[in-house]
Amino acid sequence: MTTVESRVETPAPQAAEQPRAGAGALLRRAAPIVGALVGFLAAWYAVTYLVLPARQRFLLPPPHEVYGGVFSNPQLMAPMMEALGRSFAVALVGLVIAVVLGIAYAVVMSQWSWAEKILYPYAVILQTIPILALVPLIGIWLGYSFLARVAVCVIIALFPMIANTLFGLQSASAAAHDLFTLNKATRWQRLMKLQFPAAVPSIFTGLRNAAGLSVIGAIVGDYFFQQGAPGIGGLLRVYTQRLQMEALLTSVTLTALFGVVIFTIFAVLDRAVVGRWYGRVAR
Amino acid sequence: MTTEIAERTHTLALAGVTKRFPTGTVALTDVSLSISPGEFVTVVGPSGCGKSTLLRLASGLETATSGTVEVSARATSYVFQDATLLEWRTALRNVELVGELRGVPREERRERARAALDLVGLSGFERQHPRQLSGGMRMRVSLARALVAEPDLALFDEPFGALDEITRLQMQTELQRIFRQERFAGLFITHSVSEAVYLSTRVLVMSGRPGRIVAEIPVPWDYPRPPELRHTPEFGELTGRVSAALGEHS
Repeated sequence: MTTVESRVETPAPQAAEQPRAGAGALLRRAAPIVGALVGFLAAWYAVTYLVLPARQRFLLPPPHEVYGGVFSNPQLMAPMMEALGRSFAVALVGLVIAVVLGIAYAVVMSQWSWAEKILYPYAVILQTIPILALVPLIGIWLGYSFLARVAVCVIIALFPMIANTLFGLQSASAAAHDLFTLNKATRWQRLMKLQFPAAVPSIFTGLRNAAGLSVIGAIVGDYFFQQGAPGIGGLLRVYTQRLQMEALLTSVTLTALFGVVIFTIFAVLDRAVVGRWYGRVAR
Repeated sequence: MTTEIAERTHTLALAGVTKRFPTGTVALTDVSLSISPGEFVTVVGPSGCGKSTLLRLASGLETATSGTVEVSARATSYVFQDATLLEWRTALRNVELVGELRGVPREERRERARAALDLVGLSGFERQHPRQLSGGMRMRVSLARALVAEPDLALFDEPFGALDEITRLQMQTELQRIFRQERFAGLFITHSVSEAVYLSTRVLVMSGRPGRIVAEIPVPWDYPRPPELRHTPEFGELTGRVSAALGEHS
């Protein structure tokens, strides 16, 4: 989930830039998406009505009851949206911190090979240690509210930032480095005019991954650290305890949509910025 | 040869240079050569014979294990095997880079970059990014970047090796024109015998690893050399001699 993606590829921009052909083409493009959604709902209904016996049907109420019941009930929806807003704030703050820390960490590692040898293992440990193992410590140190939630978020989102940025900083060719050496570039010039610009596409790849993970981090953080107003992860826990299946399934859906929206925003941003970076201005 | 170095002023002089890498590989043994102002010297040799190492030594990117490397040039330029352009910079900004790194004021370096692009026939392409340019044009940008420093010594590391045949011949003509106009001393590495003869005032032939210079063949013709020169019997005779020298020692 946090692999370093190399970007040798230049996906043919034409595919995205083709002039809009009529409604027919739009339909053809939307058909698979709509088809999958219909299939998913059909499977859901099948499980509810055909697989589950009547007295266990409460475990998976049919979609129209889940969404119809919750979306039309402001008493449920209002707190859910507020909670989602709080989780969003946590995810955003966590992401910003992860981005700044991750880039700084990678820059330091890129400048001195001994720094990389010393620091990289810690980045890997941060990635491999189960967040569950850290939860008690975070709670003790940072309390059980906003700060702790952000900390979880940062820990989860940090590694892809570090790994991708470092990969990018090291991606400039040996010849390009020779060019800078021959022109007597300072370390700072080399960083700012070669390594950092070369890393921009990788940094955006890292940003895309980190953004998706920061959402997960925020929800996990909410789930564990329940002091103060609840985030959507906190509500998940409440609904689970009360066995409010409709509300639970709706909030799961919302968290999924939340993640998709954040990921999409950064994917679009990525394409736009990186495309421009290499001089194919998408119009 | 050593006495000659003492007597004449050379832009580049290597004497008894040996290069052994930490891995134990000996890339060059006892290489001596000198290049005077206005000379354009090409080096041919089998791949892996240490040709590139020779250039890296001349440019100061590597230091010799033994022997001496003397450069008396105000500015030295290096043209890489690949165009080695920064993909995120336009053609103009790629050429400007050299001035940027050396602290030349913006207006001046921009003007000189424009002039250099003009010299390589790329006026009108200043704002294109490398990905929007063909292989030949990318190499022209690379040449412009080398020329913008107004070098006394220009080092070329098989710059046309990756180009198609037609573009390659065009670039040879271009380079000759630029060389005549700019009057730097050139050291040009290639694995093409015809390219070596067509471009140079003197061809040095290197042996397989560890690299040594095994033959030195002067090329008599004045510049500019018409492209048709390649089809004359005299040209064929000279390339034959270079090939024979290569064959004996590879």
